[in-house]
Amino acid sequence: MAVLNVNPTRMELTNLKRKLLTARRGHKLLKDKRDELMRQFLDLVRENKRLRARVEEGIRDANRHMAIARSVMRDEEIDVALMMPVQSVSVDITEKNAMSVIIPEYKTFFRSADENDMYSYGYAFTSCDLDNAVKSLSDIMPDMIRLAETEKTCQLMASEIEKTRRRVNALEHIMIPQYEETIKYITMKLDENERSTTTRLMKVKDMMLEKAHNYTA
Amino acid sequence: MYKIAVMGDRDSIYGFAALGFEIFPVDSVEQARKNLKTFADGEYAAVYITEAVASGLSAELEFFREKMNPAIIPIPGITGNTGIGMKNVSKSVEQAVGSDIIS
Repeated sequence: MAVLNVNPTRMELTNLKRKLLTARRGHKLLKDKRDELMRQFLDLVRENKRLRARVEEGIRDANRHMAIARSVMRDEEIDVALMMPVQSVSVDITEKNAMSVIIPEYKTFFRSADENDMYSYGYAFTSCDLDNAVKSLSDIMPDMIRLAETEKTCQLMASEIEKTRRRVNALEHIMIPQYEETIKYITMKLDENERSTTTRLMKVKDMMLEKAHNYTA
Repeated sequence: MYKIAVMGDRDSIYGFAALGFEIFPVDSVEQARKNLKTFADGEYAAVYITEAVASGLSAELEFFREKMNPAIIPIPGITGNTGIGMKNVSKSVEQAVGSDIIS
């Protein structure tokens, strides 16, 4: 591991020691964040898969009914029946903070007071298969909205986890070893300087003694 | 207040109109791409796109991945399930964990 390009001075040593401490603390915090995010994410992903399987199944059902309705009724009739929907859905999004990831929470509102009020046609001229198709779609609607919420949350969390993981790795494998090496390098350099000063002093003392008293140690 | 949109070929999405979703019938990928600009304005909380259309727009949909809204959700159309939706979920897992551990 490369030693940072710094002057081997005491000031630099104190700075580096402080930086190392911060890096260690940051690393610990980020690692905790990553672990917690991962735990929540895995739960969410399982939920996401379950919801998706259910929604896909429901849509397949609805399509089957729709296909039968189409074969029984003329296209224009179906168009007329579904042309003016009575129901309209709107969603309110509140933002929630989960481990510093901003995730959405959906709240659904229906225009008509009864949320089962979705048949936009009289029953006289339409096939019951059309009713079935609309019914099976409306059955999975809450799941569809939950799916949208969960899937978005998963996507947002995934990118945050990726970022956090990279940070943890950078700290663990690059920054912290680099600081440690540099601190070791500076300490050794300073010790070396001290030793050389001591020997120089001893030598000077010897020389002075020799000069004053003709004394050899 | 946000709306919910459904985009895809007409036969696949017509039923959703009855539920109160806004429908955007498209015949071609070009048309769908134009509609995406409408969705990007932030009026929609969720946009369900049929897998057939979504597969032609994968590069554009990548842009929405990290945005708060809309949530772009692929759904199977009348032609059947191609598995793009599940693949998307696996992609999230792969991005987060490094490999798809839940399959």
